[in-house]
Amino acid sequence: MRIFFLSLILLSWVASAHAQNFQIREAVLDNGLKVLLLEDHKSAAVTFQVWYRVGSRNEIDGKSGLAHFLEHMLFKGTPKIAPEQYSRIIAENGGNSNAFTTPDHTVYFATMSREKIGVEIELEADRMTNALLNGTYFAPEKMVVMEERRLRTEDNPAAALGEVMAAVAYAVYPYRRPVIGWMSDILNLSRDDLHRFYQTYYAPNNAFIVVVGDFDSENISAKIKQEFGKIQRGAEPPKVTLEEPPQRGERRTALKKEAELPLVASYYHVPNLQSADGFALDLLSVILAAGRSSRLYQDLVYRKQIATGVEADYDGLSIGPSIFSVSAQVMPDKGPAEVERAIDELIAKVRAEPVGERELQKAKNQVEAAFVFGQDSIFGQAMRIGQFESVAKWQLINSYLPGIRAVTAADVLRVAKKYLDPDRRTVGTLIPTKGQAQ
Amino acid sequence: MKKLALLFFLAFVAPVFLSPLSEARLSPRKAILQNGLTVVTSEQKALPMVTISLLIEAGSRFEPEGREGLANIAARLLTYGTKSRTALQISETLDFLGATLSTACGEEAASVSMTLLKKDLDTGLQLLAEILSASTFPAEEIDRQKQSVIASIRAREEDPGQVAQVKFIATLFPKSPYGRPVEGTAESVKRVDRPGLLEFYQKYYRPNHAILTVVGDVSHQEAIDRLGKAFRPWEKGGASVGPAPRPAPGAPTVIKINKDLTQANIILGHEGVPRAHPDYYAIQVMNYILGGGGFSSRLMESIRNQRGLAYSVYSAFEPEKYAGSFQVSMQTKNESAGEAIRVAVEEIYKIREQGATEEELKAAKDYLIGSFPLRLDTNRKVAVFLSQVEFFSLGLDYPEYYPVIIRAVTREDVLRVAKRYLQPEKLIVVVVADQTKAALKTPLDTGRGL
Repeated sequence: MRIFFLSLILLSWVASAHAQNFQIREAVLDNGLKVLLLEDHKSAAVTFQVWYRVGSRNEIDGKSGLAHFLEHMLFKGTPKIAPEQYSRIIAENGGNSNAFTTPDHTVYFATMSREKIGVEIELEADRMTNALLNGTYFAPEKMVVMEERRLRTEDNPAAALGEVMAAVAYAVYPYRRPVIGWMSDILNLSRDDLHRFYQTYYAPNNAFIVVVGDFDSENISAKIKQEFGKIQRGAEPPKVTLEEPPQRGERRTALKKEAELPLVASYYHVPNLQSADGFALDLLSVILAAGRSSRLYQDLVYRKQIATGVEADYDGLSIGPSIFSVSAQVMPDKGPAEVERAIDELIAKVRAEPVGERELQKAKNQVEAAFVFGQDSIFGQAMRIGQFESVAKWQLINSYLPGIRAVTAADVLRVAKKYLDPDRRTVGTLIPTKGQAQ
Repeated sequence: MKKLALLFFLAFVAPVFLSPLSEARLSPRKAILQNGLTVVTSEQKALPMVTISLLIEAGSRFEPEGREGLANIAARLLTYGTKSRTALQISETLDFLGATLSTACGEEAASVSMTLLKKDLDTGLQLLAEILSASTFPAEEIDRQKQSVIASIRAREEDPGQVAQVKFIATLFPKSPYGRPVEGTAESVKRVDRPGLLEFYQKYYRPNHAILTVVGDVSHQEAIDRLGKAFRPWEKGGASVGPAPRPAPGAPTVIKINKDLTQANIILGHEGVPRAHPDYYAIQVMNYILGGGGFSSRLMESIRNQRGLAYSVYSAFEPEKYAGSFQVSMQTKNESAGEAIRVAVEEIYKIREQGATEEELKAAKDYLIGSFPLRLDTNRKVAVFLSQVEFFSLGLDYPEYYPVIIRAVTREDVLRVAKRYLQPEKLIVVVVADQTKAALKTPLDTGRGL
């Protein structure tokens, strides 16, 4: 929406299939468009998503925010559909629709009944190639994106710290730039930039479709083929060839900003879920901070009462090099140094001693249960299929739980030693300032 | 276990509804246990999981004066110690099952939500019954929660949207429990003590003031049998929880709060209507056109699309059981705060004067009716929905009559409710911003003499 998610938010879907395999059907149209279908008749709705394999990682310096701005402009009409009519047409047909941009992809979606989903299919096929992008709405929409940046980042202390930390943790890889873009870049983006980006990346061979819900696979395949099949294959878009060099030594950064409570966060470089170490890293994050019985929660929030909350996230579903993050919000009258010390002690422990068998089993149970709960939502399932497809192949979903089950305490110890190395991390602190406005 | 079923009676059985093409059926059923607990179930067999949602009339409006925040702390402490388990034992049990159990507190009701795998249902119900009937409120856990709540009150201050919301509600419902934050203040939280918590728990945490909704891979009969067994120790309390509150709305005013921000966070609004109000549905249709309809709404078109003034702008009539509020909420760069307010107020006047077009009315009705099943597309949504349906006494046939009522709303209705329930002369305006840059005039320059 026109919304953008930080990739970290998407992580919560990692940990979620009912123990059996997803019965996903795959088809590829002649123009290269891949279609993934999962019938699920437990609710009376279908979610239809178009995933473009383009995000902020495909941008260049000076043009940050381009993928996201383009996403906004895809709601501004085609020769057939007037500006802003897309959302209205979907709503009049009883549907909810939106779009979001991440570092790795741009996704457009609607959820509606099986009788009406054809409307969405027609509209998405239309704007894959026919978006106008140059209407009178260009200038006001740029202002909207700038308001979005103020709302989500400038006036949000935690998000502002995350932006600064990514810029420090990644020296080379494009994940150093925020999805929404730097304010000065947004201001300078031109219509030509939008057109070039759209021409380069919006093509059937650089996208895939995910449909989950209450539909008939034969019927919907025919409709998709009818609408999208007539679109010409595009030139192969350029690959991102940048590689993040290994980090040799801790990096530290701070952000001073109007806020109430300090935040402390550490970003460790880790491989994505395509690595065999991904499963152990996932469990490590659960052991550290999932649930009130987790190590960080028990120590910092419960026993010592020096943090209001703790988080540990392994963002394995990213195309590029991933981050394992550990963060805590500091209790009033406590200091960030004390919190950082307490976290460091627990990280040191998990790198020195194997976790107990019951503790490991608990973490596996948490991941497996969350995997089942994640199937409650057709939208959530489509998201998960899309993320796995964009990072590896969707088939990886079906090896996820077996991979989790096979992890041993020795694996967790090994990955903790290897990756939670202070020399490979970026530490960031939010230092609250108050009352600076006159 | 079968014989326990005799202890209950079936109050209502609703017919099957929703699209016959999918397997989706709510088939909600209701029963009242002997201890007075209302149980609503919906069997959903697709996944081996169960979601349980409890609503109980133990919200902040029942707490004693000077102890504001007590109800919230009571709800938070439910999972921090019972007669047979410590806080750590409770979290170890839940985490080992991979289950989630959370508690929350509102003005009217406290709530408990639990999601677990079907195989763990008995363990979960046992734990749930324990926290509702045998919580012990250990002294050291009380201290810990008080610290934690005081910290969260502090943390809320760094979210300008929340700062605006707290101030708006306080100004709208002065001297009313509806007007103060459920968390209380740092001062009132410090005064919360163990005897007070135990007294509150003994009085309000009673099955005859609660609605328990069970959605998932469990039949009505099985749910009733298992609940009957697990919840037998939970004893019925007194009949009445006290008279309904009648909050009087505060006077119109403009409140400016200064913070070092890039955006002005603006809320403007006034009193709304309670959920049972006869015009509730017509108001919802009217509000969809004004500002509730996402990208289809007038506020979105005029403030975001045409002028680029905001990323998010919407209006809402939020109904509670005994009161309600109307509010427009938006964020815009400090410098355009005055313009955004002027445009929003103008839209309110416009719909009061001209009503809506036939196309707008049709679009609103088509969305509200057509999207209704999307509000029920997960077990969790169904659980929350059925709890609300019961709490507001809407009847389990609500999904059937809702489209009929919406379909009947006319253009005349829209104009009538806009004139009556939108009251621009009564607007309370809260602006959290860098006030130097916002430079709002007093009185506000709305072109309408506000």
